[in-house]
Amino acid sequence: MTAVEIPRADAEGEPPTHHSGLFRTAWAFPQAKIGTALTALVVLVAVLGPWLGPLVAGHEPTEFAGKPFKPVGIAGTDGLGRDVLSRFLAGGTTLLLYAVLATALGIVLGALLGMIAGYRGGLLDSLLMRANDVLLSFPQLVIALLAIAVIGPKGWLLVLIIGLTHAPRTALVARQATVAVRDHDYIRAAEMYAVPRGQILVQEILPNITGPLMVEIGLRLTYSIGYIASLSFLGLGIQPPTADWGLMINENRIALVVQPWGVLLPVLAIALLAVGTNLLADSLASAAAGRTRETRS
Amino acid sequence: MSRMILRRLLVSLVVLWLVSLLVFVATLLLPGDPARAILGQQATPERISALRHQLHLDDPVWKRYLDWLGGLFTGDLGTSTSTQGPVTALLGDRISASLVLLVLAAVLAVPIGLALGTWSSVRRGRATDQTISGVSLVIAALPEFVIGVALIVLFSTTVFKLFPSVTLTTPGEPVWRQPAQLVLPVVTLVLVVTPYIARMMRATMNEVLDSGYVEMARLKGVPERVVLRRHALPHAVGPVAQVVAIQLAWLTGGVVVVEFLFRYPGIGQALIDAVAKRDVAVVQAVTLLIAAVYIVVNLLADVVGILANPRLRTEAGR
Repeated sequence: MTAVEIPRADAEGEPPTHHSGLFRTAWAFPQAKIGTALTALVVLVAVLGPWLGPLVAGHEPTEFAGKPFKPVGIAGTDGLGRDVLSRFLAGGTTLLLYAVLATALGIVLGALLGMIAGYRGGLLDSLLMRANDVLLSFPQLVIALLAIAVIGPKGWLLVLIIGLTHAPRTALVARQATVAVRDHDYIRAAEMYAVPRGQILVQEILPNITGPLMVEIGLRLTYSIGYIASLSFLGLGIQPPTADWGLMINENRIALVVQPWGVLLPVLAIALLAVGTNLLADSLASAAAGRTRETRS
Repeated sequence: MSRMILRRLLVSLVVLWLVSLLVFVATLLLPGDPARAILGQQATPERISALRHQLHLDDPVWKRYLDWLGGLFTGDLGTSTSTQGPVTALLGDRISASLVLLVLAAVLAVPIGLALGTWSSVRRGRATDQTISGVSLVIAALPEFVIGVALIVLFSTTVFKLFPSVTLTTPGEPVWRQPAQLVLPVVTLVLVVTPYIARMMRATMNEVLDSGYVEMARLKGVPERVVLRRHALPHAVGPVAQVVAIQLAWLTGGVVVVEFLFRYPGIGQALIDAVAKRDVAVVQAVTLLIAAVYIVVNLLADVVGILANPRLRTEAGR
């Protein structure tokens, strides 16, 4: 649900037909419908969960409900005697918030750098792309681990480092798309009217590379969810006693046989969310590819 | 052509050097005094300054960087703050254990991915293609640990009890002595990278099969199998080599989470332990190692790409 709305929000000042066209084309693919349904379901749980949790369990998710591994409530208690269902309901909010923030940071920064590199060309382009090569030679998770080793598992650091490591990847896509439209007549015309470069980037180039950027938003959101959940699972992301899906899987996996819900519920939620956003990205990619093919022929 | 390969090699070396610079900066950003961290809060100022001297912390930054870099070349990766021993001793056996995992995963994932992608492309639009594309799209979205946990639930605990969910070997014993414990980690890694390889192979093959030269071969009456083997597949090698390389490089990152999940005694687990204990020397060593593998694999992919591109071949012949 959010994955569809974010792009609309940051695409102000564009001809509306352009946008609704891409989304309408994408909506024709079954992936878009399934993806929206899955994403909406998990987002709903993550957003309403913190309110629903205490209603279901009668207390806060970090409190102790009773003895360990007792079938209290619907899903029972975990190894520390906390209610599994209420912890599950509360566990998606932070993950989702961090993932959206990291994606936003990565897309904005990456699109900006990519557009500048692609439009200006020359030395600046070479420099930015070489810097990219260096950043791209680490797996994202490993860079995040290096940063966490130095600074510690802080929330802002997770958002910052995942966002920053997204940026070079998005920049490559934005640069390629910019190079493809750079020499079109309407850009030449704007240049001849002495429109400032910044304005050309925002008003002429940005509206024409939204297709690839939408796909990037979907993809980066999928990866952000994966990385932040993975780091929490490793015990190096969101810290206890906060209820979090990644962390829950780590806390409960030893007791998988006794208390399977503690692992199954968060695994299922992360899986559905990641698959949902990925299906959305795929439908947008198919729609964007179809449109370029139409304009070419 | 050899000039292009040489240039690509030089770029890799520069990137590797910049990466080392980046990793070194991590030491400088570390809050607090490493000497105090090692000796603890009760240490006397004299002992701290003695250790600072011993660790060369009083030297200028550039000299510390050069010493550290020189150490890397002579096989001295520094001292682990948590074990107090050399980092090389800590990582020695773990590197081979991780390599076992990586090589097994790569040997399985690459042919499976290429075969599935080709099959999917040949059967484009039919049920086979739609099944392969759909399943790979779903699996590609899942984080490594989600796939791993799902496999544990299915094959190790709740449903079937076929394979162990943790590594059982005692420290020092080679991991391949008990092959059953390798199954789930390797399958997890294969499931992580195969979808990407298959999807890319399908896209590339679709493009190649639509090309003029394939149509020409078909019109000449060349049997479809020969068209595929002689005319189509060689053209897919270059672009697919890149994706395969990126995925193999991805494995070196994915192995970190998978090793943690299965308690596998490799460098990934060492990395997680070191991050949790803020043991920066170990983190730097493993990061640099992974980055080096990444760079080398990408270099090899680009070289394959250059060798496989017939246009570059003729340019060199001129």
